[in-house]
Amino acid sequence: MSTEAAIDIDREKGNFSYDTEYEYNAGIGLTEETVNYITDVKGEDDWVRAFRLKALESFRSKPLPTHWATKDLENIDFDKFRYYLSKGQQPSRTWDDVPDDVKETFERLGIPEQERAFLAGVEAQFDSEAAYSRMKDDLAKEGVIFVGSTEGLKDHPEIFRKFFGKVIPTGDNKFSALNSAVFSGGSFIYVPPGVKVKQPLQAYFRINAENFGQFERTLIIADEGAEVTYMEGCTAPKFETTTLHSAVVELVALKGAKIQYITVQNWSANVFNLVTKRGLAEEDAEIKWIDCNIGSRLTMKYPGVILKGRGARGEVLSIALAGDGQHQDTGAKMIHMADNTTSNIIAKSISIGEGQSTYRGQVHIPKHLKGCRNNTECDALLINTNSRTDTYPAITVRGDDNSVQHEASVSKVNAEQIFYLMQRGLNEGEAMSLAVNGFVNDLVKQFPMEYSVELKRLIDMEMEGSVG
Amino acid sequence: MITAQSDSEFLSEVVFDHFLARHSELPDWLVKQKQASWTEYLALPAPNRKMETWRFANVKGLGVEGFRLAPSLSEEDSQSLIENSQNVKETSGKLVFGNDDLVAEEALSEELSAKGVIFEPLERAFAKHPEILEEFFMAQESALGSEKFAAFHTALNRNGTLLFVPANVEIELPLVSYHWANGGESAVFPHTLVIAKDNSKVTFVDIYGSSDKESAQLACGVSTLYAGPGANVEYHYVQNWNEASLSFNRLTTVAERDSNITAYGLNLGSKHARNEGHTVIEGAGSNAEILSLTVAHKEQEIDQRTLQSHNAPNSRSNLLFKNALQDTSKTIFSGLIKVAEEAQLTDAYQTNRNLLLSPTAEANSLPGLEILANDVKCSHGATTGQIDDNELFYLLARGIDKPTAQKLLVFGFFEEILEKINNEELANYHRELVHQKFEIA
Repeated sequence: MSTEAAIDIDREKGNFSYDTEYEYNAGIGLTEETVNYITDVKGEDDWVRAFRLKALESFRSKPLPTHWATKDLENIDFDKFRYYLSKGQQPSRTWDDVPDDVKETFERLGIPEQERAFLAGVEAQFDSEAAYSRMKDDLAKEGVIFVGSTEGLKDHPEIFRKFFGKVIPTGDNKFSALNSAVFSGGSFIYVPPGVKVKQPLQAYFRINAENFGQFERTLIIADEGAEVTYMEGCTAPKFETTTLHSAVVELVALKGAKIQYITVQNWSANVFNLVTKRGLAEEDAEIKWIDCNIGSRLTMKYPGVILKGRGARGEVLSIALAGDGQHQDTGAKMIHMADNTTSNIIAKSISIGEGQSTYRGQVHIPKHLKGCRNNTECDALLINTNSRTDTYPAITVRGDDNSVQHEASVSKVNAEQIFYLMQRGLNEGEAMSLAVNGFVNDLVKQFPMEYSVELKRLIDMEMEGSVG
Repeated sequence: MITAQSDSEFLSEVVFDHFLARHSELPDWLVKQKQASWTEYLALPAPNRKMETWRFANVKGLGVEGFRLAPSLSEEDSQSLIENSQNVKETSGKLVFGNDDLVAEEALSEELSAKGVIFEPLERAFAKHPEILEEFFMAQESALGSEKFAAFHTALNRNGTLLFVPANVEIELPLVSYHWANGGESAVFPHTLVIAKDNSKVTFVDIYGSSDKESAQLACGVSTLYAGPGANVEYHYVQNWNEASLSFNRLTTVAERDSNITAYGLNLGSKHARNEGHTVIEGAGSNAEILSLTVAHKEQEIDQRTLQSHNAPNSRSNLLFKNALQDTSKTIFSGLIKVAEEAQLTDAYQTNRNLLLSPTAEANSLPGLEILANDVKCSHGATTGQIDDNELFYLLARGIDKPTAQKLLVFGFFEEILEKINNEELANYHRELVHQKFEIA
């Protein structure tokens, strides 16, 4: 088989970093001092300080979940990270205020300037503080709040404090505790009752300091009948040593609200991406996670929905692409807590070279609930002989008026398809790329246009040289 | 033989020394193995909630301290057990065990013996066939979490079945072993070892039961089947301990090149049953069917864990576990397919279907896949649901009353497994047991 590159793409794009002078630097390692330092720099209220310190304690007391997760986690040396870095700048409101070197970083990432015209507001996070944040006037007029986590807790505690740390308690797992202790950056969004945000809100962010963990914290609240779509995309420069990313994302959809949260992530191959994402759906509310994981050394991410109110609906659509030496450990959690709640999970994974993709799922329907439904489908595609895929769903159902179905399949790319495409003049790499894109196509169709284009490009890049 | 003193002997740390003292007939190699196992048993941790292999299980009720080595049976008790061991009439051989003692035996025909077939209780086989037992007795590892119970079994087991079928021998009628537990607090350790050599063919049946309905008993069994190249092995087990009992069973099946294995399990009894089934595909071109039917009611907990290990290419395994749950019963199905890197062209399937017949029943399902080869067809499916309203409506519309219609649909659910049993007598026996249990509830 040929090892010819499928598509001519500059693999080094994104592989750069600039010397940036960090005005605030909490040093290396994690102690009470680090936490106090972060709180001081941010000028946070005392309750936030107490919250952080309690979280630090919880982080220390919790063991790594290696009894079920990969032993690779033991390679994380928590004492070697920087936990806070910042330019010390207030989030800027116009593009002109953004420093030139930061702009240049975004330029090379290819965030198109025209795109901003279409998007309601671009919250571009550079390292831990929002470097650029702007919302269209009409959104602000409707009362939509779209700010960073620091601003959110300081300026709007009456809105955000009520749900902050409630969907994902500090002690949920070791990494949510870590995030709660040192979080900075992320987006806090509040959409007032009945407001339907037509255009997606978007944030780009990237890690830009070696050995620097990024711990953003996002909380989105959609009040009764509100609708909002949030998109995040990540690219990160390559570094020699490991980098830690541990975010916490909480969504709250009140009665009849709809939240859609879209992630397309492409971390570089040295990043540990250990993220806790969970939504709370009240009566007739709907939460949809669209999650696409490409890159990173190890990703562990299981977006979940707690279906708390009658008729609530949860959905997770996920695509994972594990390249050589990568491990995508992703999945979904659906906790049914009320009658007539429905959930749907569709997960597709592709393993290339020595890549490993894992699906872990949990569906829980407790007793005395009626009319609950779950559908789970996971499909895995294995490209090379040494690729690997695992599936570990866990399903608990009580009661005779609930039903679940789970299906998983594993296959390889059909040799006939490749032969057919090569007959028509495509080289093997292109044919493989087309087949893989076809495998995920029905999911990608659900993504907003910009993202499906970006995703196709990322898959093409990953498929380069994977055949042979 | 067990003496009366064992009446007071609970399964504490000293029981093993007494066990050895009483069974001086055991050969040295076995005593050594038992001693090592007892040490291992004491050292291994008891199952706890943090162990992934015991996830969802109620681990509190798994203590063995309240049980003692089963005492010998009275002549009268033995007689009544023998009378109850008539479920499969057309056999090539039969063994009946009561509290781990052999109480009745129908030996092989002279023709089969002459061909070299061995069908012996272990109490004789340990001395008569050490060359087979030293190689095969407890030679397989536990893969699904029951290491402690396997060590416990090795230490305290003293009887069971050895079935050895030489190359090219085909046995038409099934061979059957009955394992009875009698009396309160009795602990039994049933064992089955089936070795089918190249191109042989055999059907073997294990039937587990209690002599009364109320006495709490402990059964800790291990069964191992070896299907040699081209061999055809069919295995049935009927787990029908009484509903006060605690039972463990570990079944390991090793399939060599071009062999065919079918294993049927029927789970009806026990208060808490833990079954582990490991199917090891060691040779190319082999085929394994793994089927199980569980009917749980009242407060029963039936915990089944399976592993299909594909270590060779071009093989197929197909697993179907069906559970019907009534009252507040609970089932756990945890299944894993592991396909090794060299096991290309594997077809491996795993299906779990749970039928919830009460609002308080609980079905847990953990179907898993670990695939390291890329040219494979693997799938798993798990569904949990109830009687289909449309199907019920269809029957009602044809004038069938609701209870009958429901029963018909539930029996239909069971039939998917029962109809796969080729031996009609066995199929009817399974069917009768399932229907009986369902009627009572």
